[in-house]
Amino acid sequence: MIEFVLDGRSKVNTYVQLIQQVKQALRVGLLTPGDQLPKVRDVAQSLAINPNTVLKAYRELEIEGLVEGRPGVGTFIRRTLAGPSLANQAELREELVAWVHRARAAGLAPEDVTALVETTMRAALAAEASRGETVRAE
Amino acid sequence: MEIALEAEQLGKRYGKSWALRDCSLRLPAGRIAALVGPNGAGKSTLLHLAVGLLKPDAGTIRVFGQSPYDNPAVLPEIGFVAQDTPLYRDFTAAELVHLGGRMNRRWDAALARDRLGQLGIPPRLPVGKLSGGQRAQVALALALAKRPRLLLLDEPVASLDPLARREFLQSLMGSVAESETTVLLSSHLLADLERTCDHLIVLNAAQVRLTGAVDDLVAAHRQLVGPRHDGRPVGGVAAVVRASHTDRQSTLLVRVDGPVNDPAWTVHDVGLEDVVLAYLADDAQQNRHSEWEVPA
Repeated sequence: MIEFVLDGRSKVNTYVQLIQQVKQALRVGLLTPGDQLPKVRDVAQSLAINPNTVLKAYRELEIEGLVEGRPGVGTFIRRTLAGPSLANQAELREELVAWVHRARAAGLAPEDVTALVETTMRAALAAEASRGETVRAE
Repeated sequence: MEIALEAEQLGKRYGKSWALRDCSLRLPAGRIAALVGPNGAGKSTLLHLAVGLLKPDAGTIRVFGQSPYDNPAVLPEIGFVAQDTPLYRDFTAAELVHLGGRMNRRWDAALARDRLGQLGIPPRLPVGKLSGGQRAQVALALALAKRPRLLLLDEPVASLDPLARREFLQSLMGSVAESETTVLLSSHLLADLERTCDHLIVLNAAQVRLTGAVDDLVAAHRQLVGPRHDGRPVGGVAAVVRASHTDRQSTLLVRVDGPVNDPAWTVHDVGLEDVVLAYLADDAQQNRHSEWEVPA
């Protein structure tokens, strides 16, 4: 079972925040098919939010086919968002940790690291996309 | 869609002055509605009319289709917690639960005891000796024990400290989720309302300024920032709710009826709080200008 938290300062709609948290939990494998989501009443009470907001979030997840509501029982996960990539994540993470240490040793501040990762990712993804197009053109 | 509360041209007069006038609104069943407005706007009057404690001087008010003043048969459907949670202070919480059972045809004493037990309210202490937060919880538990279909709360959290306020809203939201009760609560605390309410009624100077589903109201308003506005209509803008100007810039809170594509204006989304404040501030400003006999 997961527990929802709300960012009170966020401009993001409350029900969207709930949806994002379920999806995040699905991506990292914290929730898997068959797991139950917290009951609407419990979420409404613990966060002091309108139960209709929770219902709206659960309904949206149901429309996307991620969960199913079983009347009188609760809401359950139907499928996961964690792709086959989940298995590789631990190894990639280890490499990344080693790299971050190297970057710090080379004198990069945390902001520099983030900036480098972001620009590199943008460039790499762009290159990947254009390569894909060339392949298709051929 | 079932309508829990409906008012048409509703009016109430104290002496010569109208406390509420031309008030028309519909609250669909299952909603949690916020009633907001400055002191003296008519909030308590509206709630007292809805529970049949006052007789309308004009128009009608109906709860599930019945007039509460003329038809006491509808009263068991309504739970009401008046301002400052008035309780018989010498009675204990346990005695009040027992008393409620004698005075109401439908009464779920087990529900009230459960709820008060979970909250750790001492059953044998006169409620006058409880904290404000505990007293508010007792009043809520008693109102819910009626199993009302419409629950009216007049400033339920106004006098509570932040922790008691949160605990009160937690129990309210939890019990509403279970019972599907329609709720109408008046409050000044806009930040709480944004999370808890999905319907809104804004009262100001005895009149309804704005009412509807929160999502619809928020979606129908925008803030525009641009060069000083000369009053010319802007495409997509149905009405300007509030405007402030510097010598070269204008900031408008507007109701829209289409996309605002005019490149002169930067368009921002707004939150519930922005919308409510705009409708309240609008009047306050107008009044003050005329009182001081200066141009707006």
